[in-house]
Amino acid sequence: MTNLEMYKQAFCEAFEITEDKLAGLKYQEIPSWDSVGHMNLVANIEEAFDIMMDTEDIIDLNSFEKGQEILSSNYDIKF
Amino acid sequence: MWDLQKYANHLAIIDDLGPKITYGEMNKISAEVMRVVDSRCLVVSLCQNSAGSIIGYVAFINNNIVPILLNAQLEIKLLINLLDTYAPKYVWLPANQADAFEEWKAVYSCYNYTLLKTSYDINYTLHDELALLLTTSGSTGSPKFVRQSYKNIKANTDSIVEYLELNETEKPITTLPMNYTYGLSIINSHLMVGATILVTDKSLMQKEFWQFFKDYEATSFGGVPYTYEMLKRLRFMRMSLPTLRTMTQAGGKLMPELHEEFALYAAENGKNFIVMYGQCEATARMGYLPAKNAVKKRGSMGIAIAGGKFTLIDMNGKSITEPFVTGELVYEGANVTLGYAECGEDLSKGDERGGILYTGDMAQFDEDGYYYIVGRKKRFLKIYGNRVNLDEIDRLIKEKFEDIDCASAGVDDHLYIFVTDETKASLVKEFVVKKTGLNQSAFNMVVVDEIPKNDAGKILYKQLEKYFLPG
Repeated sequence: MTNLEMYKQAFCEAFEITEDKLAGLKYQEIPSWDSVGHMNLVANIEEAFDIMMDTEDIIDLNSFEKGQEILSSNYDIKF
Repeated sequence: MWDLQKYANHLAIIDDLGPKITYGEMNKISAEVMRVVDSRCLVVSLCQNSAGSIIGYVAFINNNIVPILLNAQLEIKLLINLLDTYAPKYVWLPANQADAFEEWKAVYSCYNYTLLKTSYDINYTLHDELALLLTTSGSTGSPKFVRQSYKNIKANTDSIVEYLELNETEKPITTLPMNYTYGLSIINSHLMVGATILVTDKSLMQKEFWQFFKDYEATSFGGVPYTYEMLKRLRFMRMSLPTLRTMTQAGGKLMPELHEEFALYAAENGKNFIVMYGQCEATARMGYLPAKNAVKKRGSMGIAIAGGKFTLIDMNGKSITEPFVTGELVYEGANVTLGYAECGEDLSKGDERGGILYTGDMAQFDEDGYYYIVGRKKRFLKIYGNRVNLDEIDRLIKEKFEDIDCASAGVDDHLYIFVTDETKASLVKEFVVKKTGLNQSAFNMVVVDEIPKNDAGKILYKQLEKYFLPG
């Protein structure tokens, strides 16, 4: 699986949504991306890429695109 | 209830969206509201963590106007159902939600909140002692409310001020909804001592929350077990929060390991971590674990608050005197509420409990008299701090889906719904998520061949435990 596929899967599983909903998706835009959902998302991402995210990055991750940006600049994960 | 004039020059509220409100300003608004409302009556108040929401609540309580506190995000159909059931004279709501009731006239507005005069012509009698109505279950829109009296609120608030040693220098930041008894008790107790409440609707998972926390130097917050799991994931213990003095925890039992971890963190960093125990039926708080014993007594919810008393009773109603024997926890104190209301007529009822509450929680005490919750007598779970009644979930599902065979069970934060018809599983889940308003990750669907029942048709929940309890 590519990094992008793993990244997408982390979102789909955390929020129980399909891939077509991911582009432009923002925090609190859907009921399942609340603070509970956010925690599940972070857990999925950390597990998929075997990383530990910093507090700053966890609270900065407020959209599908922003997460990609954070992962590539701070964790050396290329998409 | 609150002596607003005494602290007239203190800031009562700092709202992250801008407004800063003194106690004096709050007192002025309170008088204005009274001129408009005129006499004691019922108001439905749609709450959010914002200045307007809190100011309205304070004005109502201080003027003997009885509010029903609901979440402003409650689904409109459920809201209308509740309005029709209780026929309030007014509704206090965020100004941008007033459009939904265009036939009702706006009679007062401040800080993005509006007071609407309704057109109900029924006026249910309000018992003299009745101060406030609060829900016990998150957002299912159940018409069942707890009736709290002025004496209840005052007694519980005074106990909280005493055991948390609150004073005017405190600056709690909101982390819980204000219509939730625990969140409300933080507001009640801090307004009593002239402290400043940092009000925000942002969550712990948002950058803006922590910016607000740091900018205005928050001194405390409260959290349910799930809040502490989130904080752990956020690497909270590595954050630099020099102004933080106290963290409180309630709304369900924290895992003993997590309890210990936060207690140690607090002890090593000069902060207090205080585990508490309570229910809406006891206004808010009944027990607390003093910070100095937080590590030693991990897993315990502590001792009764000042002015309260715990006892345990066995199956025959006899008092338990030996340590480490399980019995139902009974609480006695001036904060035990009057009883429930399920319809408008119930608002005229007086005290039905006489200061004694059978909590429905099963507990033990140790040789030092510290209490430990070990189970529940009734079929409900706490999910993200919200009480979810399992029998009610089953009933809602059966009402919605004809001829379905289902049963729900589980542990806190994890509800398992058992169904026999695989084709209905995802529809049932979607329905329950919507009804409860809770994140879908709390709900697990399990398809089984049949729901285990005894000869009389009673569901054998014990046999379902193998699906969610470790071996």
